[in-house]
Amino acid sequence: MLGKLSWSSLPLDQPIPLVAGSSILLLGLALVVWVVVKGYVPYLWREWITSVDHKRIGVMYCVLALLMLLRGFVDAIMMRSQQAIAYQSPGYLPPEHFNQIFSAHGTIMIFFGAMPFMIGLMNFVVPLQLGVRDIAFPRLNSIGFWLTASGALLVNASLLIGEFARTGWLPYPPLSELQYSPDVGVDYYLWAIQISGLGTLMTGVNLVTTILKTRAPGMSYLRMPMFCWTALATNLLIVAAFPILTATLAMLTLDRYLGFHFFTNSGGGNMMMFINLIWAWGHPEVYVLVLPAFGVFSEIISTFSSKPLFGYRSMVIATMFICIVSFTVWLHHFFTMGAGADVNGAFGIATSIIAVGTGVKIYNWMFTMYGGRIRYETPMLWSVGFLVTFTIGGMSGVLLAVPPADFALHNSLFLVAHFHNVIIGGVLFGAFAAMTFWFPKAFGFRLDERWGKWAFWLAFIGFYVTFVPLYITGLEGMTRRLQHIEVAAWYPWLLVSAAGIVIMMAGAAAQLIQLIVSIRNREALRDETGDPWNGRSLEWATPSPPPAFNFAVLPDVREQEPYWAIKQRAIEQQDLGPAPTYQPIGMPENSSVGFVTAAFTTVLGFALIWQIWWLVIVGLVAGFVLFVIFTWMDPQEREISAEDVAVADRRRRSAREAWLAQQGEAS
Amino acid sequence: MFGRKVVDKCVREGAWLSVCIPSAVLSGCAGPSVLSPHGTVAAANRAIMLNSLGVMLVIVIPTIAGVGLFAWWFRASNSKARYRPNFAFSGRLELLIWSIPFLVILFLGGIIWIGSHQLDPYKPLASQKKPLEVQVVSLDWKWLFLYPELQLASVNELVVPTGTPVHLSLTSGSVMNSFFVPQLGSMVAVMYGMVTQLHLMADRDGDFYGQSTQFSGQGFADMNFKVRSVSPAAFSAWTTSVRQSGGSLDLKSYQALEAPSQNVPPTTFGQVDPALFARIVSGAPDNLPAHARHSSTRGREAASIAR
Repeated sequence: MLGKLSWSSLPLDQPIPLVAGSSILLLGLALVVWVVVKGYVPYLWREWITSVDHKRIGVMYCVLALLMLLRGFVDAIMMRSQQAIAYQSPGYLPPEHFNQIFSAHGTIMIFFGAMPFMIGLMNFVVPLQLGVRDIAFPRLNSIGFWLTASGALLVNASLLIGEFARTGWLPYPPLSELQYSPDVGVDYYLWAIQISGLGTLMTGVNLVTTILKTRAPGMSYLRMPMFCWTALATNLLIVAAFPILTATLAMLTLDRYLGFHFFTNSGGGNMMMFINLIWAWGHPEVYVLVLPAFGVFSEIISTFSSKPLFGYRSMVIATMFICIVSFTVWLHHFFTMGAGADVNGAFGIATSIIAVGTGVKIYNWMFTMYGGRIRYETPMLWSVGFLVTFTIGGMSGVLLAVPPADFALHNSLFLVAHFHNVIIGGVLFGAFAAMTFWFPKAFGFRLDERWGKWAFWLAFIGFYVTFVPLYITGLEGMTRRLQHIEVAAWYPWLLVSAAGIVIMMAGAAAQLIQLIVSIRNREALRDETGDPWNGRSLEWATPSPPPAFNFAVLPDVREQEPYWAIKQRAIEQQDLGPAPTYQPIGMPENSSVGFVTAAFTTVLGFALIWQIWWLVIVGLVAGFVLFVIFTWMDPQEREISAEDVAVADRRRRSAREAWLAQQGEAS
Repeated sequence: MFGRKVVDKCVREGAWLSVCIPSAVLSGCAGPSVLSPHGTVAAANRAIMLNSLGVMLVIVIPTIAGVGLFAWWFRASNSKARYRPNFAFSGRLELLIWSIPFLVILFLGGIIWIGSHQLDPYKPLASQKKPLEVQVVSLDWKWLFLYPELQLASVNELVVPTGTPVHLSLTSGSVMNSFFVPQLGSMVAVMYGMVTQLHLMADRDGDFYGQSTQFSGQGFADMNFKVRSVSPAAFSAWTTSVRQSGGSLDLKSYQALEAPSQNVPPTTFGQVDPALFARIVSGAPDNLPAHARHSSTRGREAASIAR
């Protein structure tokens, strides 16, 4: 009746997952109860859960990502503390638990932390920057988000019900095959990633279409802000790479569920093909994470240097260059698998060639600062921190691209330090920079500067204290994923690294305090004009937060930095220009299709993991039927009257006029 | 060609850079550091690593310094800095921006290509001496070393003669692992049904730490072993003692050994079934006639794929 599920699936005899899992569950339940008691359910349902507004969906992506980043960070703390204790000692985490933790850490950080944050940002920012009212397919967008949330839910369910994979964040066969991993851990991984991967693919299609097909009048490709270019490259990568992931994991699923032999030891399977395919997705994935961050830094460095981006066309070329070349380097993840010298040499060179694109970008950012008037608010601190940190991470990456060096460093803590160097220094710094930068746009008030600066310095210093020791232990020959160690030379460095993570914990605390403090002081931090940073692109032309329709009148784009030009004209003429004539605007109606479909998909995933076949059928049929019904329903539109549009826009214009008057007095 | 010669020279004489690295810090404490090699391959790995690092530092250090300098000098509060709000393009700078990384990568590409060929793990090492053949089998969770010419075997301890090249043929009896002795050099993956190859040579006597560098499950943390590099005389004394101490590794004892176990103390076998390695590679150690014929063909095909 319940498939493989039984009482023994609960970790009643394992205190750590039991306590962690139940406290998350209790916290979640408490939150739900609070929401219900306070009567927030209708509001949440109407304004958020069923919303198809790209801004709302973007914010929900980022909230989900932040929660998952915290979860993954707890895993990281456990790993670092285990290795700091387990010198000639078993430590406090037995292998069956430790192995789940590092697998969950990687899976959660990449699939449910970093990627949703970047997708959330693109969702929020791209339509605003393109000067349009929504994303190409608003309902599909909602489905994409909720599928990602469904995957995240499944991964976290494994904490309390059953177990997670013990194979690493990429489940290499034959270890991940039924023969060596008979429990549900790998199944949790497979279904969670398949479901959320589907959501990611939908979003990829959606954003590519949005950028290619829906831009404000006059917004030619070479007038798009840099962030839109990197978003285009990112989503092209998603569209091209995610099907590979889906197919590869589907093959492993067939091996595990139906006795196929794609990657098994017996029956003619070949596990090398899994590794080959998974990295054919996995390397482009790295750029899916970091390209949006590059876009973020381009926007921030230019804005806070009070200058246009240096070498805009060069940056566009470098972005598309990285987008294409990122598909030709995946073999460097398995130089040590015994491919010949020609193959390794060719992929080594291809890999280092990517560094040309990145190098060009670094120099362009540098020369954007040159001749600038740099304001050091928190987003800019993250950006300069990124420039320094990412250069070092890029260098260690190119070092690993040299096959004979990789033969000595592959899978070592040097590698671990390298990819954290680029993912923390690049993606995470980018995410936090972006959060501070666009937070006022999303919520109408800025984040507290003092706590933001604390958060930056603690994260920046904490990063180096944590990961420089790991570079060193890697050179000392230490491999990754060791539950305990026997070598004395590694131990002091692991202690230093553990101290580093304490600093990073303080940084995370500073972020949380920053949020709380900012919410409490929101009146003082209010952004009245909609342009808190003296911005240059179109999102700053809207009020903060923007109305559902974003732009009362679609902007007419005539240059590469349209909003900057509008502002300069306004300052010169001391006039905002004549008030436009307002038209009624049709916006898509809310839809519960995303939430409902994802709810059934979660049930379906859970049933598949535990092989509860009747529930599989229920989930599949119900989910599919609902999906079809919703899809065939005519999309509803609600009309926002010209009057309402006018009211919203007049408010914006009067704030701008006040600002303009101020400017006039100042000059 | 000139370029090739230069790169070649750097690869060979690369140790010069190691002085620039505070090696006292990095390779102190007598850990199994890849920066304190005790083998020809490890020394070459290090040389290439440090040379590549050196080449990159030549531009990375000025870049970071430039970032710091611009970020500091052009701060808004510095009234001496000239504000150039329209400086957004310069053809000459663009040329420089593209050519610096390109030239560095061109140079590095040479190191990569030549280094990949010189340090191909499948390439025999130059030596007057005939290489010692060793067959390596990774099991859950221990290492089995077979000496086919000597008909000996050992578990979790590899004894080799110093100054003699060792030719390792590696396979797995279970999941994927990776064989790595940091101070002897290059690692290589170890996979079921396939044979990978590796050539190593210790250049001095000593005990070296070896480990699996590919996560392989529950007992992975104990999947390490000791390499003892001893003088040729001591090596032959060791072979004699192993032979005398007895123990036989045939199908039956292999199957007992194959069962998952952790933290296995080093043991030896004075006698080994000569066909054992081939049988393990074939995926059918128990060698049922029809099945084995089929599987061993597959094993050979797979082995050639692995190459």
